[in-house]
Amino acid sequence: MAKRPAVGLRRQGGVANVIMIVVALVFMVLFLLLPLVTVFAQAFASGLSGYIASITDPNTLSAIWLTLIVAAVALVVNVVFGLAGSWALARFRFPGRLAILTVLDLPFSVSPVVAGLMLVLLYGRQGWLGPWLEAHNLKIIFALPGMIIATIFVTLPFVARELIPLMEEQGADEEEAAILLGASGWQMFWRITIPKLRWGLLYGVLLSNARAMGEFGAVSVVSGNILGLTDTMSLDVKALYDGYNIVGSFAVASLLASLALVTLVAKTVLERQFLTRSTKEEVSA
Amino acid sequence: MSLADSRPAPASSLWGRLRGQRSILPGLGLSLGITLFVLSLIVFLPTAAMVGDAATLGVGGLVHLLATPRVLGAFKVSLGCAALAALTSAIFGLLIAWVLVRTRFPGRRLADAMVDLPFALPTSVAGIALSTLYAPNGWLGSLVAPYGIRISFTVIGVYIALTFVGLPFVVRSVQPVLQDMEAEQEEAAHMLGAGRLQIFSRVIFPAILPSLTAGFAMAFARGLGEYGSVIFISSNRPGVSEIVPLLIVNQLEQFDFAGAAAIGTLMLILSLALLCGIMLLQRLVRSGRHG
Repeated sequence: MAKRPAVGLRRQGGVANVIMIVVALVFMVLFLLLPLVTVFAQAFASGLSGYIASITDPNTLSAIWLTLIVAAVALVVNVVFGLAGSWALARFRFPGRLAILTVLDLPFSVSPVVAGLMLVLLYGRQGWLGPWLEAHNLKIIFALPGMIIATIFVTLPFVARELIPLMEEQGADEEEAAILLGASGWQMFWRITIPKLRWGLLYGVLLSNARAMGEFGAVSVVSGNILGLTDTMSLDVKALYDGYNIVGSFAVASLLASLALVTLVAKTVLERQFLTRSTKEEVSA
Repeated sequence: MSLADSRPAPASSLWGRLRGQRSILPGLGLSLGITLFVLSLIVFLPTAAMVGDAATLGVGGLVHLLATPRVLGAFKVSLGCAALAALTSAIFGLLIAWVLVRTRFPGRRLADAMVDLPFALPTSVAGIALSTLYAPNGWLGSLVAPYGIRISFTVIGVYIALTFVGLPFVVRSVQPVLQDMEAEQEEAAHMLGAGRLQIFSRVIFPAILPSLTAGFAMAFARGLGEYGSVIFISSNRPGVSEIVPLLIVNQLEQFDFAGAAAIGTLMLILSLALLCGIMLLQRLVRSGRHG
């Protein structure tokens, strides 16, 4: 339905509008823009050479490497879980479905510290699975697997949350037609489901990746904080800051901030892609 | 009413299953199996471990622990700062959403994209940036330092950090509702002689209140659990500016697993209650938008 601008509030009152715009923008500059500018200003406080020296420090390089490993594993799990979860929850109705949908939101609302704590209490040495893991020589807490699990915990809902409403909106007609015409389950999945979902999938992956690379609270609880061994970039920021290496800390932070900016740009582009598509569908329907 | 709502439920509806029909779509077993397997390892079992450990304290031990000044103080700081910060986010978030939807100015799209920055910026990065910005020698801290106001390394810093992380929740909750609002009601109110303030308070505000409340609750829930951006800007003094998540970390470092589990369980219950409230509010918002 086309929307006309209301005569009441949208045309009148130039002065009031200007005041509101100014107040909103001042607030955004103070609260959003200045922190971002601070990151880059501090990172380059001792010039480009100081910045490059900080970035190429072996500890920093190993933190970047570790961050990439953690994010990559989390990504694979998130995509598999997201596709499986949304297929089960959007395409079928079964008892307990609502309970799973509610639990799915839990990682978004629970404190990252509580998430880390829960993992320590299950997988840690004193934890429920501790004795069994130790007997099999598996170390999860204070080691890489724990950091990966913590990252998966905090990013788990992203892909599924994006795909479920998308699948419900699209409906299952094409999938049902494929099955009736004799396609196998996997044929239907690769040729119909995945192409239909590709933008939503990309969007979910983008958001979960940004969070995975930047997660701090949950990962810090389960990591051993051994410099150069179990530091991701986000943890490295704190380690350097606590060691009064301010330039080094902000240099690593600037990399993470750049990732955040790239994510925001990509997100905006994808949203425009999405929006134009759904409005087109609305018009043709 | 959207298209999806008017369509019959896809696949096996309850009605279909009652009549003995099965969905022709494959893969329920596999997809549900993967879902439950991952959820068990990542969410269910860890939650059970924490609640189980908390239960070892017994009711008396729990009450005793929660009544200690340090724990009480941490909850006071966390609840108080999160509530104030969510309120600030609600006020300015509503203003920002309004300006983004109802006005046109150069750079509006950029401002719109910037709103999500606190979502995208890692919390430790936000933490050191805010701490530096509001330190007595920082860009903003030095403005108020002459008046004897300190922001970084006090409880005010906690409030600032929580406002930063909460803001996008309010904007993104209110914005779509403002966008969907039909012009007719406002026009009618205008024709009937209502002033601008009257139109806002009688027509617009009631319509966006559920989404505003949902945004407030989301900002509050996020603030309650926030850790990374707070620990740098706060002095972290027990009873004064120590937040609950930090208290949990400190207990864990002292190997007080039962105590950490107990406080963690309380935080989990709070989050779940907020989550249910938010879901109900969002249902209200959706029915308002489509109905």
